[in-house]
Amino acid sequence: MTATADVTAALQAKFPSVTPRPSGDHLAVNVAAADAVAALKYLRDEFAYDMLVDVTAIDWAEGASPRFTVVWHLLSTTAHTYLRVASDCANDAEPAMPTVTALWPSADWHERETYDLLGITFTGHPDLRRILMWDGYPYHPLRKDFPLAGIETELPDLEVAAETGASVKPAPMAGGPFVASSGEMNLTEAEPRAKDESWNERSEKRD
Amino acid sequence: MVSPNTELAYNSKIEGEVVVSRLDAVINWIRSNSIWPMPMGLACCGIELMAVGGARFDIARFGAEVMRFSPRQADCMIVAGTVTYKMAPHVRRIYDQMAEPKWVIAMGACASSGGMYRSYATLQGVDRILPVDVYISGCPPRPEAVLDALIKLQDKMKREPSAKRLTA
Repeated sequence: MTATADVTAALQAKFPSVTPRPSGDHLAVNVAAADAVAALKYLRDEFAYDMLVDVTAIDWAEGASPRFTVVWHLLSTTAHTYLRVASDCANDAEPAMPTVTALWPSADWHERETYDLLGITFTGHPDLRRILMWDGYPYHPLRKDFPLAGIETELPDLEVAAETGASVKPAPMAGGPFVASSGEMNLTEAEPRAKDESWNERSEKRD
Repeated sequence: MVSPNTELAYNSKIEGEVVVSRLDAVINWIRSNSIWPMPMGLACCGIELMAVGGARFDIARFGAEVMRFSPRQADCMIVAGTVTYKMAPHVRRIYDQMAEPKWVIAMGACASSGGMYRSYATLQGVDRILPVDVYISGCPPRPEAVLDALIKLQDKMKREPSAKRLTA
């Protein structure tokens, strides 16, 4: 089995667009979108990265260019090494990336999730529908410009919406995100609570 | 064999076995002691709900052990868990399929208020789509709390004008 250090060099020899990617844990590389599928196929066939652990994406926030980066996490079940491959989407408004479902069937649902939550279109995907939010939901919730509380929209079922008068409403965010403090041994203090309890729905936040 | 009734006056033997009551009380007594729950288990509260049905906590002591997974055979929906906006219409449709009279218990923080899920995906309390009779606090509630809610629901049922609603 080839040592992990050789992977980057071998990739760079075959795909000039490959550059090393700063990483705190595993080996990581950047690759151009045009070479992404070919490079991943090369890694699977020549370096035994036979398992696709995760497909996800990064939103670098509005105004950044490139705004979206797709990330693949690979595992070699024989060498027990991980590899992270990242590739920037060319279009910031309508990000797209070729699918890898032909290489790993497990990419199917991961790509659907990434499409659902971050709005990246995986071209060539056999069935690119939303997987978590309902069909027809107008937003991509994990994008940086989407508020955690949500945006008012209609319920997925219009009949039920008409009968109950309910709709998707922004969640009350009194005091900001509702988070638990980890590593706290005192359970009372570690309980999930608002970060800033000085304001709520009744008394406005003072800046 | 038919025998002619010769009794014309008060018969203590017969009267002694008759219980006089209000129709409301009788109907409510029957209803409240044979609640057939619809376990709408949507998250971890569903696990705790299973414990209530088990031998240790034994919901059968209160006549509510007949969990029905068909809404048409149930009369009390126990919403146990986080109701997402995606799931909410289905919960409402299942409720609509239950025959009258019907009741709803919102079990746990999520079903009652959205709980810790202050997010774009979670319905902030199932009472936005269903008429809830009893709320249970807890995350998840202890099985005893569910039994307490059941007893509270029984108390509530016993105060209902059932006879009037039957004829209305």
